[in-house]
Amino acid sequence: MKRRLILAALLAAPALTASLSALAQDFAITNATVATGDGSAPIEHGTVVVRAGKIVAAGAGVAVPAGIQTVDGTGKWVTPGLFSAITDLGLWDVEGVDDSNDTSADKSPFNAALDVVPALNPSSEHIAVSREGGVTRASVTPFNGGSIFAGQGAVIDLGEDAAIVVKPRAFQYVELGEAGAKLAGGSRVAAHTALRNALREAREVATLTAGAQRQGDVLLTRADAVALAKVVDGTQTLYVGVERAADIRNVLALKPEFPKLDLVLVGATEGWLVASEIAAAKVPVVTMPMRDLPAAFETLAATMSNVGRLKKAGVKVAIGLFEGGNQPRNAPQQAGNLVALTKIPGATGLTWGEALAAITSVPAEISGFGGKAGVLAPGAVGDVVLWDGDPLEVSSAPVDVWIDGVKQSVDSHQSRLRARYKDLDETYLPKAYDW
Amino acid sequence: MTVSPWKRRLARSLTCALALGVALSTQAADAKKKGKDEKAGEAPYASTYKPYPGRPTALVGATVYDGRGGRIDNGTVLFENGKVVAVGGADLTVPAGYDRVDGKGKFVTPGVIDIHSHLGVYPSPSVDALSDGNEMTSPTTPDVWAEHSVWPQDPGFSRALVNGGVTTLQILPGSGNLMGGRAVTLKNVPSRTVQGMKYPGAPYSLKMACGENPKRVYGGKGQKPMTRMGNFSVNRQAWIDAKQYMDGDHAERDLGKDTLEGVLKGEILVQNHCYRADEMAQVLDMAKEMGYKVTAFHHAVEAYKIGDILKANDVCAAIWADWYGFKMEAYDGIPENAALLAKQGACVVIHSDDENGIQRLNQAAARAQAAGRRIGVDVPDAQVVGWFTYNAAKAMGIGEKTGSLETGKMADVVLWNGNPLSIYSRPEKVWSDGALLYDADDPKRKPVSDFELGQPGEGDVK
Repeated sequence: MKRRLILAALLAAPALTASLSALAQDFAITNATVATGDGSAPIEHGTVVVRAGKIVAAGAGVAVPAGIQTVDGTGKWVTPGLFSAITDLGLWDVEGVDDSNDTSADKSPFNAALDVVPALNPSSEHIAVSREGGVTRASVTPFNGGSIFAGQGAVIDLGEDAAIVVKPRAFQYVELGEAGAKLAGGSRVAAHTALRNALREAREVATLTAGAQRQGDVLLTRADAVALAKVVDGTQTLYVGVERAADIRNVLALKPEFPKLDLVLVGATEGWLVASEIAAAKVPVVTMPMRDLPAAFETLAATMSNVGRLKKAGVKVAIGLFEGGNQPRNAPQQAGNLVALTKIPGATGLTWGEALAAITSVPAEISGFGGKAGVLAPGAVGDVVLWDGDPLEVSSAPVDVWIDGVKQSVDSHQSRLRARYKDLDETYLPKAYDW
Repeated sequence: MTVSPWKRRLARSLTCALALGVALSTQAADAKKKGKDEKAGEAPYASTYKPYPGRPTALVGATVYDGRGGRIDNGTVLFENGKVVAVGGADLTVPAGYDRVDGKGKFVTPGVIDIHSHLGVYPSPSVDALSDGNEMTSPTTPDVWAEHSVWPQDPGFSRALVNGGVTTLQILPGSGNLMGGRAVTLKNVPSRTVQGMKYPGAPYSLKMACGENPKRVYGGKGQKPMTRMGNFSVNRQAWIDAKQYMDGDHAERDLGKDTLEGVLKGEILVQNHCYRADEMAQVLDMAKEMGYKVTAFHHAVEAYKIGDILKANDVCAAIWADWYGFKMEAYDGIPENAALLAKQGACVVIHSDDENGIQRLNQAAARAQAAGRRIGVDVPDAQVVGWFTYNAAKAMGIGEKTGSLETGKMADVVLWNGNPLSIYSRPEKVWSDGALLYDADDPKRKPVSDFELGQPGEGDVK
């Protein structure tokens, strides 16, 4: 365990921009439609200036510094890089091939202590493909194995370099609701008892001097309790997977006993039924908006209007939950559908600006990077995407992607395959020579 | 591995993939006695579907995609008594007594068709008690029929209608077996019974599956097939046995062999779950060896590698826009698949295999189109609309009756509030056989299933 922590620290240390700034180029994109990601409407004929890996300016009337490299954005759109909340990026190559899949560990004696960092693979094709789709940062979560606690997730960038971790152990994930009930022993009663007991053990561990024995009965390993201590004191965010309105209320009801909990609701399919309570508790939500089916008894009230109604009630809502075949690069499709909802009588959607924010600045804020990522604002990371059209439109795609001011290649297994099979000509040599 | 509600891909990819199609005739023996003219209505579990009443309607001023590659700007679509009466330009006269629907700024397409759905057999809520899509008790179960599993109260049907404009869909058994059973084609019309949804006269399909799923299911039990060669071995023997049965006196009926006989006679179509290019080529050889035809490969993520072969064999590829990587045989999936197939002149169908994806087949098609455009393969919008209308109908054996806006065809029509290939567009009105079954402007003109009554979210926009 100790060795793993050291490894994690080594991997995490050089994160952010320090080692990359040498590669970062100063540049300006001019005459493009600029959407800053902060919820505002897009600005035509705008300019974005990036220096030393950071955004310097973005918007209308921005002066282009003399001598700086410029990119003509005529007819194109510029946005911040997409921020994908709750992904499994870098944790598997082929989901169904267990050997390549590090998303969960149901035979591990540990749970809350588990940390995704050692598993993250910067060379994963899914990272390459997501990057090509305009995703530049993401939160990565482990999935539940044998416990309601899945472990600790990280925030990553999708740059081509090896320094993938931006913030290790950024959050802890706990699963409640039907799935949590099953994991905890068969009922929601068991799940809540397990959760409260774990938080209490963690609180006790935090008060012990190093090496001191814990008192009384303990259910958690020391490593798990130590990990959860950060949750109890609010230094690590607790993401709670929960769907049903009643279950959401029960999560909000944790606060009196554990007042420092920094909660994020994940899923919250029935959130709109308790929107005002969530708003009053100032707890943000990460959800997948197009889920409109009663897929389970805990999601009977599922509707695509969930996000719009939550937002209207004052809840901070991000689009996320991109896992498995639900690829992060499809985030704009999710967002665009929320704009489409505004034309459906009785439905509640988002404005275009709000929809873009739901896949850029809002998930960045929820992940602890408010103002630092997911937005084209001075001082934010130089994650910039140049699109060939309206980025929320299904027919649009990135033309260029910069991460920390470094222009990214768009090479991947997929791009090589499409190049090889663009024609089927094998007159002179087999396809295997076509590379 | 425990999965939370949205973490179901693995389970689903197993349950969904393979369907067995079976044709109109129920039993080969009976068919033999009665001859090939047996009417669909005489088949067991016969369709009781009747079109609901509609009004003579004229959609005027919209951009019309006819589903077969035609586009008419400022077009007119007339339908009456459940049938398309005429499709033309602004000069087409609207007969007296027709309701005029102003389509200015809007678009009209045929009803959307999903060739690969598990609605009803894997309905919502997805609980074990309703999980009826995979009869995984034997590698070949051509004897089972999906329609005997369909729960007509699945709320997924109404979501597909309202958000996706889906008017027709083929419900397949899953892909756990090499031969999963008969698929059934349904009109997307709420009904108390499955028979009330059955598409009149649609041929059956046999759902088959190659590749990972059957070998995983049965190999995992230490049973044949454990390998791809095992898959072929079991299949070939099943066909040989069926041929022997076909040549016999049918004194003893065998439900499974009845189905296979229907395939061998060309009465039942084959919808074959198959991902890899090399494997599809082998399946085509098996079909030649055994004397049947594969109508469509489903999930064919590597179809782009053999577009020429698929074209030559007149086989459709029913595909997602860009699913990839979730299983080994999906590792070479690329978003340009559909476009590269179209470039080869092969038949492209966009399918869902997903209760959410079925609500956005138009968007999936648009994504696939855009991916092609970026590599210089520009498929016109009007042709792309055919990927989720006419081509699907053709591959389901109902292309003569639906899937396109042509005089005399079923009036399955969607009025979209914008270009259906745009993210910002949704169905505004949907007609099935000329009956208005969804109207965005009328909260009551929208189905609510029995299951949803009195529960949270009942009747809400979804």
